[in-house]
Amino acid sequence: MESQTQLQVGPGAVLHDYQTDGFFDELVDQHGQPRTDAEKLVNLINRIPPAELVRRQDAIERSLYQMGITFTVYNDSEGTEKIMPFDIIPRIISSVLWHHVDAGLKQRIKALNCFLSDIYSKQQIVKDGIIPQELIDTAPTFLPECMGLRPFNDVWCHITGTDLVRDDSGAFYVLEDNLRCPSGVSYVLQNRQVMKKNFPQIFRASKVRPVNDYPARLYQMLCEMAPPQIEQPTVVVLTPGIYNSAYYEHSFLAQQMGVELVEGRDLVVENDTVFMKTTDGLQRVDMIYRRVDDTFLDPELFRKDSVLGVSGLMKAYRAGNVSLANAPGTGIADDKVIYAYVPQMIRYYLNEEQILPNVPTHVCFREDDRRYVLEHMDQLVVKAASESGGYGILIGPHATQEERDQFADRIKKDPRNFVAQPTLSLSRAPTMIGDSLKGRHVDLRPYILCGRDDVWVLPGGLTRVALRKGSLVVNSSQGGGSKDTWVAAEPGQTVAGA
Amino acid sequence: MLSRVAESIYWMSRQVERAENTARFLEVTHNLTLDQPEDQIDHWVPLIEASGDKALFEAKHKTANSETVTQFLAFDSSYSNSMLSSLRQARTNARGVRESLSSETFEQLNDFYRFVADAAKAQPLDSPNDFFDAVRRIALQWTGVLDSTMSHDIGWQFANAGRLIERADKTSRVLDVKYFNLLPRLDDVGTAVDDLQWSALLSAISGFEAYRREHHLVDIEKVVGFFLFKRSFPRSILYSITGAAASLREISDMSKASSHGKATQVIVKLQHRLQETSVKEVLAGGMHHFVDVLQTELNQIGEALNQDYFHSAT
Repeated sequence: MESQTQLQVGPGAVLHDYQTDGFFDELVDQHGQPRTDAEKLVNLINRIPPAELVRRQDAIERSLYQMGITFTVYNDSEGTEKIMPFDIIPRIISSVLWHHVDAGLKQRIKALNCFLSDIYSKQQIVKDGIIPQELIDTAPTFLPECMGLRPFNDVWCHITGTDLVRDDSGAFYVLEDNLRCPSGVSYVLQNRQVMKKNFPQIFRASKVRPVNDYPARLYQMLCEMAPPQIEQPTVVVLTPGIYNSAYYEHSFLAQQMGVELVEGRDLVVENDTVFMKTTDGLQRVDMIYRRVDDTFLDPELFRKDSVLGVSGLMKAYRAGNVSLANAPGTGIADDKVIYAYVPQMIRYYLNEEQILPNVPTHVCFREDDRRYVLEHMDQLVVKAASESGGYGILIGPHATQEERDQFADRIKKDPRNFVAQPTLSLSRAPTMIGDSLKGRHVDLRPYILCGRDDVWVLPGGLTRVALRKGSLVVNSSQGGGSKDTWVAAEPGQTVAGA
Repeated sequence: MLSRVAESIYWMSRQVERAENTARFLEVTHNLTLDQPEDQIDHWVPLIEASGDKALFEAKHKTANSETVTQFLAFDSSYSNSMLSSLRQARTNARGVRESLSSETFEQLNDFYRFVADAAKAQPLDSPNDFFDAVRRIALQWTGVLDSTMSHDIGWQFANAGRLIERADKTSRVLDVKYFNLLPRLDDVGTAVDDLQWSALLSAISGFEAYRREHHLVDIEKVVGFFLFKRSFPRSILYSITGAAASLREISDMSKASSHGKATQVIVKLQHRLQETSVKEVLAGGMHHFVDVLQTELNQIGEALNQDYFHSAT
């Protein structure tokens, strides 16, 4: 029995004084009315006294700390662990909108896989003049060692985390593809779990699509993509170890899938076959979900100083005796410069138009673009292609003249390494700041699994929120928090039980 | 099970047990000094001797007293066998094998470490007795959580073996040092002071009540017998070795490779030797000699475990 509920925003309700300030808001429209599929959530938030919301948020953060759901902060000798701040107000995405996102992500990942197969074999897209040869040859993420590799079923990116943002019209854009070792999915699962524990009544009232089948789907996909001759593949997760900032996630995923979490020193390659050292002697490994960067995987082929990888791993991979997820070499496809060419890739490989648009991107490698960028530094976001995690980025309108000049110099010296984009007016979502709700900018990282027969998108993903007022930087290393992300179910779809 | 995981679980468990024993010895000594007329006997030096790290202590502190010994054994983060360091290492080991432990096990260890680390920051302790009492309770909770939330498969067997081997080691050390410390004072036998001393030693292994129920009065031979050979008491050496031997046999049985079992052979031999030795023989040969041999055998078990299962370089 669905009925249009009247919004109760009397004095005292937490959304009573909430201002959208002219930004696109994820939860309410410009008149303060709930968006599609969000009425029940808005009403419920309004019925809970603000002090109670604060109390529950504290309780949730305490339990995250106690559960040890932490990331390690670098450049701290004590190896301090922090939790990612958690915001109690969920972000909700209507089922109609999700349809569009889901289709756009699937299209994109198909094209990127085609590109990777092409670029490590014939390089037809370069020969046909779509992408300049020089951009490929000068990309630090292009691995010549991977030429001629054919991952099983031509899937290179088994697990992808694509960063999306919305502008002031509410339209979704792809900001960045993360095709190497995207992290954060453990927060999605844990955020949902603590929300269910603390707000069972919201879940009963709302129809939210579940996320907790992710580990099972991941495991199934990894088994599918193991070398085809193996009937009962042994899957492992390869971690750089406890000092890696995403270690918790590696351990969590291994535990949830019921597989071994291995470090490089636990593995050995004999006769082009990978084994792990167990109390029973050597045991064969067939599929490695690796959370170690490409160039650390095998000191024989890549970085000689790597102690995180396994000597001979790439030979075993080339011999088809072990699968790696994701395949080595995928970094070329999420290079910030190559990103600008994804719309062309989709046309070239799939003969389709892009469903989820790129943010318009000026490639400083191109002379016209470079001139435009240097003349409009105060309006643009400039990014260094070789840096990530919110570093090496200049937000033109927020920067000082000196900072802009510095970046301009860097662009002139090394144009290949820079791209620039218009400063988007990112969407906001109500976020607990102190004891009231304020609009804060958010992004969204959905997770995509690419299996033998189909591509699956986790309904929802990680919503990161820039907790500082006006800030556009959502990275956890720079003061970002996260929110539980709800995708509304359509009639007939499975919903998350409380 | 991965060799690295087995080794980490074994050491995690040993390190927590080490921290617990240190807390027990400190607690008992703090208690004892409250009952003791001054200058009668020095309790703090034997504690440092039992740690086996006297030289390290002397490099840092001029005198052994309540403050310096507590600081060193409980909170010194640069001393690798202090409670704080043991728990930090245990937690690091646990973090590296989190996926092989129950969530509760990790959380309990996380709490334990944070409790001691917070106390270390807030030194000096308001009430050492309250603190060590709390530590003992947390340690008992740890035992309960480990035993009742984890499947008693190969991982738990390594944890259990580690815990009991460490316990046998620590129980034997404290007995050795205290025995030497107390024995020369033959004049005191049967006096109130002597009674207090030996009772405190029994309390250190939570054995005071169990001993009294059986023997009522302190008798040196009977106390030694209780420490070494009391089959039914969970902190005696025979009990610890028997339990560790059972775990190692389980591990041997669960493993398929044929070369296994060196560790099992060594510990079963030790178990039989303990069963066939009497207190009189121990005292005739010298307590210190007996403990020395025992320690050598415990080390052999460690080396055999490394060969059989851990395959680590060290």
